[in-house]
Amino acid sequence: MSPRTHLRRAVAAPAVAALAALGLAACSGGGGTEGPTAASSAPETVSGTIQFWHFFTDREAGVIQSVVDDFQAANPGVKVEVKSGQDDQKMRQAISAGQPVDVGLSYSTDQVGPLCSSGDFVDLSSYITRDGVDLNQIPDTVRGYTEFAGTRCTMPALADVYGLYYNKTLLSAAGYTDPPKTLDELADMAVKLTTFAADGSIETLGFMPLLGYYENSEAHWAPATGATWLNEDGTSAVGSSAGWAELLTWQKGLIEKLGGYDKLSAFQATLGEEFSAENDFQTGRVAMNIDGEYRTAFIADQAPDLDYGTAPIPVGTGHEDLYGGGYVTGNILGIGKGSTNPEAAWALVKYLTTDVGAQVKLTNGLKNVPTWKDALTSSDLDVPEQFQTFLDVFGNPHLVTTPPSKIGAEYQTILNTHTQDWQSGKVTDVQAMLKQVDQEIDAAVQLAG
Amino acid sequence: MAFAFLAPSLLGMLVFFVFPLAMTVYYSFTAFDLSNPPKWNAFANWRYLVGGDPLIGQATLNTVWFVVVLVPVRTAGALFVAWVLTRARRGAGLLRTLYYMPALVPPVASTIAFVFLLNPGSGPVNTLLAALGIDGPGWFTSETWAKPSLTLLGLWVLGDLMVIFLAALLDVPAEQYEAAELDGANAAQRFRYVTIPNMVPVLLFAVITGIIGALQYFTEPAVASATAQGRAPVGQGASSLLGWPGQATLTYGQLLYSRAFGSNLLGYASAMAVVLFVVTAVVIAVLLRRFRAFTPEVAS
Repeated sequence: MSPRTHLRRAVAAPAVAALAALGLAACSGGGGTEGPTAASSAPETVSGTIQFWHFFTDREAGVIQSVVDDFQAANPGVKVEVKSGQDDQKMRQAISAGQPVDVGLSYSTDQVGPLCSSGDFVDLSSYITRDGVDLNQIPDTVRGYTEFAGTRCTMPALADVYGLYYNKTLLSAAGYTDPPKTLDELADMAVKLTTFAADGSIETLGFMPLLGYYENSEAHWAPATGATWLNEDGTSAVGSSAGWAELLTWQKGLIEKLGGYDKLSAFQATLGEEFSAENDFQTGRVAMNIDGEYRTAFIADQAPDLDYGTAPIPVGTGHEDLYGGGYVTGNILGIGKGSTNPEAAWALVKYLTTDVGAQVKLTNGLKNVPTWKDALTSSDLDVPEQFQTFLDVFGNPHLVTTPPSKIGAEYQTILNTHTQDWQSGKVTDVQAMLKQVDQEIDAAVQLAG
Repeated sequence: MAFAFLAPSLLGMLVFFVFPLAMTVYYSFTAFDLSNPPKWNAFANWRYLVGGDPLIGQATLNTVWFVVVLVPVRTAGALFVAWVLTRARRGAGLLRTLYYMPALVPPVASTIAFVFLLNPGSGPVNTLLAALGIDGPGWFTSETWAKPSLTLLGLWVLGDLMVIFLAALLDVPAEQYEAAELDGANAAQRFRYVTIPNMVPVLLFAVITGIIGALQYFTEPAVASATAQGRAPVGQGASSLLGWPGQATLTYGQLLYSRAFGSNLLGYASAMAVVLFVVTAVVIAVLLRRFRAFTPEVAS
C-alpha cells in the first residue's frame, strides 16, 4: 500500500466524520405528534415511574429533591427519577428525540413560545379543566407568560423578580441613607461611590453600567424606562419604543462619568464568578447591583455578614410612575409530549405549582417568589426584610416580562449584539442602531414561519 | 457475491452518511423547529444566510482567522518542538512526556485552567508581567486578545501533533541526510529537500485535520467565553454565552448550534451545515492538489 493510499484513508476518516456531524440535524426530531390528554376522570391514585428534568444544581437541586421526596411520600406508588443540571436546550433536544421527559422544568419564560407552539410541552387545558384548577390563583402577568397563543402548555413554578441590591456600609460611608429611585440618582451615587487605585484603575465601583456584567441585561433594565420588545403581531417594537434610546443614552453617559469603557472593561475582567462567594457585590467590590431575589439566599449562604438592602430598580426621568415595578421571569413546568405516564406527570406538575406547602417549601429553600396566591400570603413563608422587596415588586402593577416569541430569546440576543457595540463606542447613532435591530428581528421572525 | 460482501458497509454509508446528508440538504429548504414537521420555504434560509443573518459575517471571519492563524501556528509549533526533541541528547523521554501531557487534559478542563492562568486580575501570568513592569493584556476578556489567547491555548496542547511529527522525523532515512551533506547541502536545504518531502503525508494529515477542526471549532472558545464572563448560563443553555467578549470568539460552528437550538431555526442551521460541508470539501480538495507538488515523486 503506497503512502498516498495511507494518506487518502487518513483524510477520508475525518471527512466522513465531518459529514456524519453534518448529518446530525437530520437524525433529530420531525415528530410533531399529538401529546397526551387527560382521562375523563381523575384517577384515584397515580403510580409508576416518571422522569423529572430540571436545571438546578448543588444546594438548589437539594431543595428540589426535598419537595420531590414529599411528593413521593404523598404518592407512594410513584417513583420520580430526577435528572438535575439539564438546561433548556438539552431538554428540548431530548423531547424532540423521543425521550420520555415526563416533567420538564424550564428556566426561562422565553422558552414558552417554542415549547407551546412546537407541541414539545403538551396542552394542559384538559387536565386543568378536569381537576378544576383555579388559574385565578396565579397573578395576571405570570398567567400571561406561561401560555402562548392561547395554548397553556406550562404552569408556573416560582418566579424570579429583579431589583437593586445596595451595600449599606458603602452607601453610609458615602453619606447616603437611602437607595436611588431614579436613574439620575443612581448615576450620581455610582460616581460618588466609585474609588480608584493609584494607577487609575477602579478599586470599588458604585454601579456597573456595562451590559453583560452578571445580571445586567436589556430585559432586566427595560422596566426602568418602559422599553418594549415586540408588537402584537410578533414583529419588533424596539425601534419605535422610546424607552430604549433613553436607557442606552443614560448608560453611555454613566460609562463616560466612570472613566470610560476601557476602564470599566478592565474592572469587569477581574470579576468573581457570579454564583460563587467571589461575586463582586458579595465581596464589596461593587456597591450597587441589579440581581434577582435568589441572591438573598446566596448572600445568606456565602456572605452572611454583608450589610445590604434591596429596592426596586430605579426608573428614568418621566417614568416615576413605574417605580416599584420591575422585571419578572420564572420557572415553568410542563409535560413532555413523549410522556409515558402523563397522569403521574400531571400529578407532580400540579403538586409543585398549586400545593401551598410545596410552594412555600420551595420558596423558603430557593428564595424565589411563589406563583400561587395562597402561598404568597402563607404565614409559613420565611420573608427577611430584603426578600420582602421582591414580593412587593411582584405585586406591583408595573411588573413586566419579556414576551414569548417563536424565535425564543433570539430577539433579545439580536439587540444585545448591537448594544455591545454601542457601549464600547463602536456605534454612536442609537436611533439608526435600533432601526437596524428592528430589521434583524423581523427577518428572524419571518424566517421562523 | 461482491455486493454481498460490500452490503454491510454500503448499508452503513446509506444510513449514517447519505441519508443524513440528503435530509440536511432537504431541511435547508424548509422552516423546521425540531418538533413539528418541516414546512417547505424554498430559498428563504439561503437568502437569510447570504444577506439576513447579522452574525454570520463575524462568525465566518472569526473561523477563517482560526484556520489561517491557529492551524499554521500549531503545525509549525509542533514541528519545531518535535525537531528539538530529536536533537535532545539527555532526558528526551522526560521532555516528550512533558510536552505531550497537556494533550491528555480534557479540552474543557484545560481551557478553564488557561483562563484562570491568564486572568487579568489574579492570574499568575499577569502578576509576573506586572512584576516585570509590563501591563498585561485582558487576554480572554479583551476583544483584541481573545483569539490570540485561544491560539496560545492551542499551542499548549500541541502534544498530539508533536508525537506524530516526532515519529515522522525519526523515520527519515539517515542516508538521505548523509547524501545531501556530501552534495554540500546546508541545514536549511536539508530540511527543505530531505525532511519536508519525507514528511509530506504526515504534514498533509496534520493540516487537513487541523483545518477541519478549526472549521468546527467550538468547545474551547465556548468554555473560555463562559468562564471569562464569570457567568453561568443557568438553565438557558450553552448558546446564551457564546462569542464573548463582543462577538470576538463566535465561530461558525457555534453560530450554527445557536441558530439550531437557541433560536429554533433548524432549517436555517441545516443550510449553514451544507455550506460548511461544501467549504470543507473544497478546501481538502485544493490542499490535496497543492501538496502533490511537494511529494518525493514530483520532486524527483
